[in-house]
Amino acid sequence: MKASSRVVAELDGLGGTRLAVLRSESPLLLRRTAPATVHLVGGGAGPLRGDDLSLEIEVGPGATLEIRSVAAQLALPGRGHLPQSRLRITATVAPGATLRWLPEPLIAAAGCDHRTITRVEVAETGSLLWRDDLVCGRHHEPSGHVHLDTTIRYAGTTLYRHELSVGPAAPGWSGAAVLGSTPPDRPRTTASGPEAAVAGNGRAIGTVVAVPATLLPPATSGPGDFAVMPLAGPGALATAVGADIRPVRAVLDPLCEPAATLIHN
Amino acid sequence: MGLATLLVLADGRLPSGGHAHSGGLEAQVSAGRVRDIDDVAGFLHGKLATSGLVAAAFAAAACDRPARSPELDAGFDSRTPSPALRKASRAQGRALLRAARAMWSLPPVSREPHQPVALGVVASAGGLTPVEAAVAAAHGTVSGAASAAVRLLGLDPYAVHGLLARLAPDCDRIAAAAAARAGDPVDDLPAAGAPLLDIGAELHATWEVRLFAS
Repeated sequence: MKASSRVVAELDGLGGTRLAVLRSESPLLLRRTAPATVHLVGGGAGPLRGDDLSLEIEVGPGATLEIRSVAAQLALPGRGHLPQSRLRITATVAPGATLRWLPEPLIAAAGCDHRTITRVEVAETGSLLWRDDLVCGRHHEPSGHVHLDTTIRYAGTTLYRHELSVGPAAPGWSGAAVLGSTPPDRPRTTASGPEAAVAGNGRAIGTVVAVPATLLPPATSGPGDFAVMPLAGPGALATAVGADIRPVRAVLDPLCEPAATLIHN
Repeated sequence: MGLATLLVLADGRLPSGGHAHSGGLEAQVSAGRVRDIDDVAGFLHGKLATSGLVAAAFAAAACDRPARSPELDAGFDSRTPSPALRKASRAQGRALLRAARAMWSLPPVSREPHQPVALGVVASAGGLTPVEAAVAAAHGTVSGAASAAVRLLGLDPYAVHGLLARLAPDCDRIAAAAAARAGDPVDDLPAAGAPLLDIGAELHATWEVRLFAS
């Protein structure tokens, strides 16, 4: 399936935001749910192998846009002979504009082969909160292959460049350098039988990139596998890793509440 | 081709301060994630496929064109979200340049570049090729952590070196892939991240007592 969706937000001249363009194709359906909020609503299963999806987001000077999704995105295997599924997200944030990208997690179902390519360009004085959560396999199943490829640029310079590969084709992804096995103080599994066989899988990770850095709390690490890190450029990254998505949400969700934007001096 | 020169540069006894760093292993040992030789193998495989690939790519690119090192240094910054890892990488880059100045005549380079960028510049000054610089970078990424594993966990050094021997073909493969992309724009170079290394490095930097600097 090939689909291309696009949203353009701009100032309406009355101090609010209007959506100059809101064009969507299944399965990337966009619905306006509040004056400056758009939700992605699932318009079909997937992404599946062979899907080629594109989402363009443009926030004009001074405008504000928040994008959420109503449900997790579930990457599924599809037909084996088709190329890997691909989602390309391109976002531009103009001077004085704000983009908050806060979707539900991407879930890498067993056997999937998916790539998400994210390119975000933030102009000087623009602000950004960019959240990405990934769950490696549904409950009690091994992870499929997912590759995330993210570039976030600010004022013409690359601020954050990150790739993450999980699944059978990614060497060592479940080792202690990348997403790791569960430390002993948190039991590897409470189950037996088939559940125990995939202990160490089902890992989850979430990241939030913020520009400016003041949109996140000051640098911190812990408790658990969580850190807020000032980037070399004018931004910050919060990363959390968990045995499932719950501990990740527990630390990252509060950072993405609207109130967090008020920390901006 | 300068095989003996490559051995000199990749030798663990090169006085460039590498022995002071565990490559992130100490933090994961303390977290209870790495307890035995199998955990070390998982750690090293993941580290080689992520930090190892990025280090190899930046070393190859800097060796290919040392004049590009400021741009590469900024690119490595954007791939290193952890301030503790940026600091450790720059400290090792500076130490490597210091050792290398006594070995070869270096082109102009900033005082404290990231370690892989420094390694590429030094390899070029020693007459090595980008793929050789990449091999040294990939191998260095795992060999430092492997020797730290022996010290931190009291593992059998023979078994740990067995792991390194089995990783050697992977190092060659990664180095070849990295060298093939040496001329690419900086944003297109590999950027494979290792989230637990980032988080672990931040936690580790807050400890008052630790065996390794990173």
